[in-house]
Amino acid sequence: VSRIRSAPPRYWLVLVAVLFFIGLPTVVTSFQSSEWTQVLIFAIVIMGLNILVGYNGQISLGHGALMAVGAYTSAILIHRYHVDYLITIPIAGLLTGLVGFLLGIPALRLSALYLALATFALAVVTPSLIKRPAQFTGGVQGILIAPPDPPQFAKDAFGAVTGGPAMTSDQWLYYVSLVIALLLFWFAWNLVRNRPGRAMRAIRDREVAAAASGINIAGYKTLAFGISAFYAGIGGALYGLTSGFVSPDTFPLSLSFQLLVGTVIGGLASIAGPLVGGIFTFWLPILSNQFVASQPWIPAQVAAAFKNAGPAVTYGALLILIMIFAPNGVVGLVTAGYARLQARLRGAGDRGSGQMPSDAQTV
Amino acid sequence: MAKMGPRLCVLAAFLVTMAACGGSNAPAAQTDVGITSNSISLGNTIAQSGPAAAYGTIAAAEQAYFTYINNTKGGVNGRKINFKILDDAYTPANAVTLTKQLVEQDQVFAMFSGLGTQTQTSVRDYLNTKKVPQLFVATGATTFMADYSSHPFTIGWQPPYQGEARIYAKDILANHPTAKIGVLYQNDDYGQDYLKGLTDGLGSSASLIVDKESYEVTSASTASQLATLKAKGADTLFLFTTPAFTIKSLVITTALHWEPTIYLNSVSNPQVYMGIAAKAGAALKNVTSVGYIKDPTDPQWANDSGMQLYKTVIANCTTCNVNDGFNIYGVAVAYTMVDVLTQAGSNMTRQNVMNIAGTQLNESNPFLLPGVNVKTTSSDHFPITQEQVIAWNGTGWTLKGSLIDERGTIK
Repeated sequence: VSRIRSAPPRYWLVLVAVLFFIGLPTVVTSFQSSEWTQVLIFAIVIMGLNILVGYNGQISLGHGALMAVGAYTSAILIHRYHVDYLITIPIAGLLTGLVGFLLGIPALRLSALYLALATFALAVVTPSLIKRPAQFTGGVQGILIAPPDPPQFAKDAFGAVTGGPAMTSDQWLYYVSLVIALLLFWFAWNLVRNRPGRAMRAIRDREVAAAASGINIAGYKTLAFGISAFYAGIGGALYGLTSGFVSPDTFPLSLSFQLLVGTVIGGLASIAGPLVGGIFTFWLPILSNQFVASQPWIPAQVAAAFKNAGPAVTYGALLILIMIFAPNGVVGLVTAGYARLQARLRGAGDRGSGQMPSDAQTV
Repeated sequence: MAKMGPRLCVLAAFLVTMAACGGSNAPAAQTDVGITSNSISLGNTIAQSGPAAAYGTIAAAEQAYFTYINNTKGGVNGRKINFKILDDAYTPANAVTLTKQLVEQDQVFAMFSGLGTQTQTSVRDYLNTKKVPQLFVATGATTFMADYSSHPFTIGWQPPYQGEARIYAKDILANHPTAKIGVLYQNDDYGQDYLKGLTDGLGSSASLIVDKESYEVTSASTASQLATLKAKGADTLFLFTTPAFTIKSLVITTALHWEPTIYLNSVSNPQVYMGIAAKAGAALKNVTSVGYIKDPTDPQWANDSGMQLYKTVIANCTTCNVNDGFNIYGVAVAYTMVDVLTQAGSNMTRQNVMNIAGTQLNESNPFLLPGVNVKTTSSDHFPITQEQVIAWNGTGWTLKGSLIDERGTIK
């Protein structure tokens, strides 16, 4: 009981967030649930990217391609081998994790900029590679996945809570994604606070010093790539299931950029950051297109130019602003603001115990 | 426990509130979603940004026709058409989300003229399960017409790519029976569909094809493929490419000092693109293509009533280039849409509209070449199958021969 009373406010924030996500589909429409499913999926992938970029200091512009590996693994297993869709999700994660682990080996020899280029190449070639064994991957036609039926227990529980219409496939997939997201966030939270997390951060901050302290540099770097790819694979499998269709065009180059920008906007090396990043990655393109066009006060010509340029402009502008004014992302900004507020409330004498913002990191 | 009590209460209260709110979102059952006494709501997803953004003008031209109908005729049977366009950037994942938004949140009556084979494939099963008409998709992929029986809420409009390629095959066999054919095609459903049509159409003469080279839609240039085709001794070049690659390929062919007879697919033949290619140094000698829509730049249609109507309509769109072939395409397909809605009359159900579009069309569209019929029957769901061979004369396209009908040859 005393532990609960003395729990820091962020624990309550986590509880509120979890309750919010559990309750959400009961108040919003099935369509809106499917939108939030995608937010959760992006949050999962960005969490993985955050482990790699934020905690280990390596960079990847190829996570869209890793999502494709996960999505195709799941789709091929469901479509050709009639494996249950829930079982394909961990398989997709493990296989993609293995791909990521192998990718981590050449990455050992490459420094930041060259690693960015190498992973970028992965994002470029993957959509073309997928087309090749056409009988296997469905080629350019892609693979259709029938939306899964919610199991009876979920239908009963959902019906009992809402008293409304039966649970849809979109709402069921929302809860599947939510459970997986919670598990993976919990795993990441434990990872970064324990020995591997400390080792990864030590490597990020000063590789030579880390090696001098006896940290296995190669081991942890490839491990970070593997874990990061595992997250991307899980996210990719869920992405395919919620879209009901995977094809080479589902994973364009821009997806990899969006994910990296989402990671930075949310906040590098933070556990809450990827959730914020997921919200940005999903809503930003939609808002920047639909919102701007629907505002009568924006001149039609400006709106049209904006629309033609697409979400890329908004992404670029936002990324620059974040890098200048909030190098720790949205979460870093909020944490710093909270710490400052607390310090002021407690008075100058107690400033030492106030939470200080962590050091600025750049990509 | 005493301390836990209030917190559990808060939690319980929260869940109860959620539950109470949840009851209110039951959607009202309607047979005619998206139809009111004075409006018809249609939805569309198309690429307005990204690599295929050039197609986006099609939806703007369609909007211009609906605006024209709303303003001059008061809509269709007293109902104004409300057309909502969303940008899917040509990716299937976006198309799925946006189509769900249009169907479930915006409650559209039907989806109209969605563009792209992969994007429209990604939502086809969803729309058919929901029994929402997916009308006149903007892709010539054969599956959208041939698989009507398994997807009765989906129908295409434009001539299938395979039919067009079969017309080229006929032209080759009639006029160039000793041609050495080199094919450059985009390595996706679009390019492969064309290649299949050409191979099927040539039949036993398929050995006339001496080489075929492909490129990816993400590649930068087609120079090495064209050099290979030239080196293999081809004297006839088929371009089954998208506009940006067509322009590049025409320029590169001239730069290679190669003067083959060129067959250009209809997607890339609007005069705007030919003009760009010529400016960039393409010779454009012996270029053949096919057409089924009137070319806005062709002087022979200057006094044509259909063309004049097109020019009136397109004035409603401030961002549209009147000479762009994509825009007259958009207006022509919107004409068919309005025709179907008019025929549906007071029976504005999704099922009835789909029946008319899929099985009872018989329309002479003023924006199509004279004689081209938009037609479907209970056994044939390919709305347009007639095309005419055209040749480039340096400033525009000259119609050659007569209409060739490929109805019934593609299954």
